[in-house]
This record gives sequence, structure tokens and C-alpha cells, in this order.
Amino acid sequence: MPSALLLVVLLPALGALINGVRAFWWPLTPKSKTLTNLFAIGSTGLSALIATWIVIQSAGHPWQHSYYEWIPSGLGHVGNAIANFNVDFALRVDSLSSTMLMVVTWIGFLIHFYATGYMSHEKGYTRFFTYLNLFMFMMLLLVLGANYIVMFVGWEGVGLCSYLLIGFYYDKNFAADAGKKAFITNRIGDFGFILGIFLIFNTFGTSDYATVFSMASAGGHAAYGAIATAICLLLFVGACGKSAQVPLYVWLPDAMAGPTPVSALIHAATMVTAGVYMVVRSNVLFRLAPDAMLVVAIVGAVTAIFAATIGLAQNDIKKVLAYSTVSQLGYMFLGAGVGAFTAAIFHVMTHAFFKACLFLGAGSVIHGCGGEQDMRKMGGLRKYMPRTHWTMLVATIAIAGIPPLAGFFSKDEILANAFPHHKPIWIIGVITAGMTAFYMFRLYFMTFHGTYRGAQVEGIETSEPEHGGHHLIPDRRHLDEGDEHTDKAHGHHVHAHEPHESPWNMTIVLVILALLAVVGGWIGIPAALGGAHPSWFQQWLAPVLLPIGGEHFEFHEAAQSTEWTLMIISVAVAAFGILLAWRFYKRDPLWSTPKRLATTFAPIHRLLENKYFVDELYNATFIAGTIMLARVMWWFDTWVVDGVVNGVRHVTVFLFGHGSNMFDKYVVDGAVNGVASGAKGGSMMFRRVQSGLVQNYALIMGGGIVLIALVYLFMKP
Amino acid sequence: MPSTAQYLMLSATLFAIGLVGVVARRNMIVVLMSIELMLNAVNINLVAFSHRLADLQGQVFTVFVITVAAGEAAVGLAIIIQLYRLRSTVNVDEVRSLHG
Repeated sequence: MPSALLLVVLLPALGALINGVRAFWWPLTPKSKTLTNLFAIGSTGLSALIATWIVIQSAGHPWQHSYYEWIPSGLGHVGNAIANFNVDFALRVDSLSSTMLMVVTWIGFLIHFYATGYMSHEKGYTRFFTYLNLFMFMMLLLVLGANYIVMFVGWEGVGLCSYLLIGFYYDKNFAADAGKKAFITNRIGDFGFILGIFLIFNTFGTSDYATVFSMASAGGHAAYGAIATAICLLLFVGACGKSAQVPLYVWLPDAMAGPTPVSALIHAATMVTAGVYMVVRSNVLFRLAPDAMLVVAIVGAVTAIFAATIGLAQNDIKKVLAYSTVSQLGYMFLGAGVGAFTAAIFHVMTHAFFKACLFLGAGSVIHGCGGEQDMRKMGGLRKYMPRTHWTMLVATIAIAGIPPLAGFFSKDEILANAFPHHKPIWIIGVITAGMTAFYMFRLYFMTFHGTYRGAQVEGIETSEPEHGGHHLIPDRRHLDEGDEHTDKAHGHHVHAHEPHESPWNMTIVLVILALLAVVGGWIGIPAALGGAHPSWFQQWLAPVLLPIGGEHFEFHEAAQSTEWTLMIISVAVAAFGILLAWRFYKRDPLWSTPKRLATTFAPIHRLLENKYFVDELYNATFIAGTIMLARVMWWFDTWVVDGVVNGVRHVTVFLFGHGSNMFDKYVVDGAVNGVASGAKGGSMMFRRVQSGLVQNYALIMGGGIVLIALVYLFMKP
Repeated sequence: MPSTAQYLMLSATLFAIGLVGVVARRNMIVVLMSIELMLNAVNINLVAFSHRLADLQGQVFTVFVITVAAGEAAVGLAIIIQLYRLRSTVNVDEVRSLHG
């Protein structure tokens, strides 16, 4: 089984490797497209099948396997103790990672399949699937990792893939900018996350989940109460970045610049829920830190309502869904913050179903309308694209929280958990639920009802001049690269005559996801509606919720009547939202009420339409501040650092340049010249001997002989 | 029959005269003649010892010396004639181009 698990992780990596190599060397032909599909879908499909087999075989029993010792760094000081900091490349299967594993592999597989239809006209087809497979690999590492370090590798990896896929249309400025924005915003969160991991290691001496949680569970509040708060707050900073919570949510709406399947897979169903997964994974630590949990709940609630209000006034179909995603992620953190960890994961799962369905439906709509994303230019599409219409209607009802669809159960569980202890948070949750129902049905009515407004494009644009910060991000490139768009049947014209239904490989995925959005919630039917207590899904996840200091985790339980009241309230609020949307956008085809409201409350409308000017605020403060800092640093570099360097240069040139010149000139050359002139002087002295007079020579020779003879005669020994 | 010492005295006298001639005279021809004189003083010496020691080797040497002296005189005179043609002088003091 361990090797099968490794295969689950490595298959998408293999697919990415093969397609990555092929993307470089092989030109895009129909045949090579088929091969790309084979590798991409084959690897993810096989991975999903093996994963399912493993989950069935494990049957909820947690196990983990260490494949090799990844970072053996020997003994070191850990706080006051000495510990061995070893990190294994280890994968873990338990009920929590199994749940995520199923969601990631199957939703991933479906979206891969959908993308073969959606991306069929795009350049960089193979590149797209390379990134997508790489994303699957990284996401599986994140979910299956048995310690925080492996998780962190996956965490960074999905961030990278998110960046690559947001900037998929890298020749478009807005896409490249959006990619950078996502990447940098995520870095801020990751900073907190890795500090949290350091603190975990410093406290527990390991990063392995099983060890950390068993130690925390045994130690309880007494041993780790204070440090757990710090750890959890740092981890939550990471979760805020990855899962787009206030104040780091700004990247997610811009991330819609990527192709729609990417928005569905990464920015709705899987990657952005990694933060929720991480918080739930660390639930033992969070339960030790009630203050940190309160922060999580408050941030979640604020994000939920904040994003929902923005979603009320957006006109870009993908932007509405993006803010809806931010809002729903806030919901999940709200749930985790009030202690409803199973509900948070439950909502992750159901949200993956219906939000993937909504995004892919939106993609189908965009595909059918020839790249249009402005809902004001859609309308009446239910006649043209019936399958998309029905599946999106199902998903919209599901997200609005109408029983018995998936969204109702998970949302209700979160709200039921919030009610007893955190009344204000519960109220915010209920209001958000109403807003969600309103803006989702607004999207539904604007898109699928009324008459098709694609023809009167100019009229709309002139009658409603665009506001400053509001702009539509075109997702798909149109006909500007001719050779890729030979398939006229799909109508990728700017002047598409009529919207058309998407091909079967897109709609079949929509149907499957819509079915899941209907039945997905039934595994968590609460006791009040005739389910078990704890519900089946809670029982499934219970092994992850370790007892703390001997105190077992108590699933929330309220009186039957309270439960019923809460359910009726939330359904009523959702129904009211739907009714309002119907009244505003369906009964009155001219939308006179919302338009009147927009003019009456113009400042509020502008505030919402421009997303509270948060981007502008960040631009004016953090980004301008960073640029200012860069300028100061530049000045410092030019004048101080360069000044020092140049000063050193001047000193060096003076000392060693001129100095050594002097030495060479006067000492070395002086010595050489001195020897020469010495020799010259000596020779001037001795040249006199060479008189040229032969007789002198003879005389000296004779004298010499006489001298030698005298010496010989008189100095004989 | 004079004794060996007398021969040696004669030889030394001739050598001294020749040496003075070589060192002191200005005319190259006279210098050359003085050199001949010195050579002959040596010859007398050789012959005297040859007689005294009853060894013919000394006389053989003498014959060699006479032969070499003849060659020396020929070469020397030729140089002097060439020098005279170039410089119109045979004065030793005037020929000093090699001075330092």
C-alpha cells in the first residue's frame, strides 16, 4: 500500500514531466493533443483510481509510511532540550487526508477532462496540462504529507502552479500582474506559516503530525497553552494567504485572469481550501489556543460578509464567483474558529462540488458566448445552453443553502456550531447566507433568464460608463491568433451570432458535479433531520480530533427544537435572498429596482462595485510604501554603498597605484640604474690602462715577469 | 772552450739588450730586430745547456725556434709594410687606435 500511495502522488508528476518535455519539442497537432490528453488525464485518472482503492482499503484506519530520511540534520537544541531534527519524506493516510485526497483527485480528474474541451482552441495546450498535472502533484503532497515540512513543500508548490496558471496568458499584462499579485500576497502568508512551523519544531522537537499532536494532546493546556496561541496565530497567517482571508484576500479575485478550469480547480475547489485543511489538521493545537480560535472565527466571519457584499455589485461572472469563493472560505474558517472542524471540512467538500460546478458552468457560458464575461451582455442563455443551465441552477441552489442539496447541510452545521457560543458571528453567518443566495441567483437570472443581450453590446457600454476601479478581465483570447481557431463551429468569434451549448466533454463534467452537489451533503445529515449523532461524516473524521489532556472532543449537540429553529431561519433567509433576486432581476426585465437603488445609494454602490477600494488602499499604502522604501534603498545604495566602494577605490588607486609606481620608479629602477652607472664609472677608471701603446704592455709584461721571478727567488720556502 | 756560465752571461746580455730595444725603441723594424735578438739569446741558452747536458733535444728546439723566428719576421714585416701603406709611419707610438 505505501508504494501505491507513492504512485498516487508521483503519477501526476510523471504526467507533468512527459507533457512538459513534449510542450518544448513537439508542435501542437491534433494527434499530439490526443497524446497530451492521454498523459494528463491518464495520470490523474489512474492516480484517482489508486487513491480510491487505498482509501477503501484503509477504511479510516490512519497509517503513515516514511519513504526515506529527507533532512537528517543531527542533534540540536530545541528550546531547553536537545532533539534530533530529522524530517522524513513521509505520507499519511487518515480520515482527514482521505477526504481531501478524494476531493482533490476526483475533482481534479473531472476538471482535467473538462479542460480538454475548454482549452481545445488555446495556444499552449500541452503547457496548460503540464501545469495542471504539476499542480495535482503538489496538492497531493500537501494533503498527504505526514509532517509540516512535506506539507510546506506542497504548499509552496501549489502556490507556484497557481502563479503559473494565473499567468497562463503571459503575454497579457493583466494576467502577468495577477500572477505576481497572487504569488507575492501568498509569500506574506507563507512567511507566517513557516515561522509557525519553526515554532512547532522549537516546542515539540519534531514536525511530524502524529508526534506533535500526541504530545500536545497529552500535555494539554497546562503544558502548551501559551505557546500554542503563538503557533496557531502564525499558522493562521499562512492560512489567510493561501485561503484568501482578510486582509490577504485581494489576490483571489484577480486570479480569475487564469483560464476558467484553473479558477475552478485551484481557486475554488482545492488549493484555496488548503488553509482550512491545515487549520483542521492542526486542530489539536488550535483547541489548546481558544484566543487563536476566536481570531480565526472573527477573521472568517469578517471575510465572509465582506466578500459577500462585494459580490452583490459585481458584473463579471467570474468575479461574482471569485468573491463568492472568498466568502465561502470565510465561512469555513468561521466554522473552524468556532470549533466545528468537521463542518469546515464538510463545507470544503460540498463547496468543492458546487463551486467547481459553478465555475465550470461559468466557463461553459463564457465559451458559448465567445469569450464574454460581462453578465450584462448575457441573458436568456437557458434556451441556448440547456445542460449548462440546469447544472448551474442545481449548483446555485446548493450554494444558496436550500435543503436537501449539499450546501445546506455543511452551512447549517457551521451555523449550528456558531450559535451557542458566538451569537454575533452566527448573525453575520446568517446575513452572509442571505447575501450569498441573493447574488448567486442574481448571477443565475442575469445569465440565463431574460433575453440575450449580446447583440446590444455598445448600447450597454455607453449607457453605463465604467467606474474607475472596475474593469472586466477578459479570460479568453479571441480570434487574434488565427491558426488556432480554425474550428468555426465553436463560434469563437467576437461577433458570435448566437450562444451555443458546449461540447459533451464539458457538459458531462457539469452533470457529474451537479449530481455531487445534490447528494454530496447526505453523508452529513444532522441528528435533527433523522441522521445519526454524531453524523456519519463526523464519526468518520472523529479519529483526527484527538482528546486534549484526557478531555475528549465533544461534537456540538443542541436541543431538537433549537436545531429546527436555526435551520428554518437559515432556509428562510436564503429563500428571502432568492426571492429578492427574482423580484429584482427576473420579474422586472429592465432591472429598474436595482438600478434605482444604485442611484439612490450611489456612494454605497460605488464602494461595493469598486470592492471597497481595497486594491487602491493597498496600492497607496503598502505598494507605494514598498516602492518608497525601494527608492530610499536605491538612494542609499547610490550614495552610501557606492560612495564607500568608490572611496575604497580612490584610496586603493592612490596607495597602491601611485605608491607602487613611485617604488618602481625610484627604488627598483634606481637600483638597476645605480648598478649600471657604478659599472660605468668603474670602466671609466680602468679604460686608462688600455693606452694602445704596445711598448707599455710589453714593459708591464716584462716588469711582471721580473716581479714573479723575484718573488720566486726570494720568497722560496 | 768557454764555460756554460759564460754562454749564459752572453745570452742574458743579449736578452737584456733585446728587451730594452723592444720596450724603448720607436721604430717598429728595430723593435722586430730586438725581438730577433731576444730569440737568439734564448737559442744560445738552449744550445749551451744542450752541450752541457750532452742532450740533442736542446739543439732540436733551437732549430724550431729559428724556423718560427723566420716565420715571425716574415709576418711581422708584412704587417709593418701594410701599416706603412695605411698610415705612412712605422712609429710605434703613433699606432694606438685600440686605446681605451
